[in-house]
Amino acid sequence: MSLTKSERAIIMSIWDKIGMQAEAIGTETLDRLFSSFPQTKTYFPHFDLHPGSPQLRTHGSKVVAAVGDAVKNIDNIASALTKLSELHAYILRVDPVNFKLLSHCLLVTLAARFPSDFTAEVHAAWDKFLSILSSILTEKYR
Amino acid sequence: MALSAAERAMVRALWRKLGDNVGVYATEALERTFLAFPGTKTYFPHLDLSPGSAQVKAHGQKVADALTLAVDQLDDLPGALSFLSDLHAHKLRVDPANFQLLCHCLLVTLARHFPGDFSPTMQASLDKFLSRVTSTLASKYR
Repeated sequence: MSLTKSERAIIMSIWDKIGMQAEAIGTETLDRLFSSFPQTKTYFPHFDLHPGSPQLRTHGSKVVAAVGDAVKNIDNIASALTKLSELHAYILRVDPVNFKLLSHCLLVTLAARFPSDFTAEVHAAWDKFLSILSSILTEKYR
Repeated sequence: MALSAAERAMVRALWRKLGDNVGVYATEALERTFLAFPGTKTYFPHLDLSPGSAQVKAHGQKVADALTLAVDQLDDLPGALSFLSDLHAHKLRVDPANFQLLCHCLLVTLARHFPGDFSPTMQASLDKFLSRVTSTLASKYR
């Protein structure tokens, strides 16, 4: 499963807008994740998870920054995210099911913030891109 | 997994805002589903699935009417949706995984059109409502 040229172009076309609101988007995504799927909180016993908590904001920024790294290295995402793959495989061990939930919440956040940019084509391209990211992050699990 | 009074209120409030346009949003959700998850098209060999197709619009309206019925009959979804449960179990046999995909696209669509109303709490209520609808639809599979 790899991205076509036009999918790459689509993905990069809204990245600038996303990058400018990185912390807010990351935080909102996590808020949505923890509200809709409370079981995901299990991975964050060490955080204050109240909406707007500083830890949530920092973590939200990290997540969106990592997505940004993947966008900037869209021709070789696997090598850009090597460290993160290892982190998830050996230390975090987040059940892969949760990546789908996080991706879903990120897409809902993007749709809410960029309604006119988030066409069906953009939605499809970003969904594929996030699936690729998720499989890279879980590829070293076994 | 029953909806609390607060969750019901949220779902009903949003549905009132959707007014007569539920069909429009359901159609958009279907179009997004077919584009992002082409495997779902397998269930519609008898329909013209090209963008703007009148048949997809008609189907979107059917989905919309069923969801509106569900919103009105939150106290007895199995009763209200009995005909649809039978249809999906004995004739359509849509793999339940696909319900998740359509629900995802519906939430993305609603987030786009009602960003100011689509808080994490609203999203969680809608997600729970849609889960109840989809488990009702799959309830007679076996």
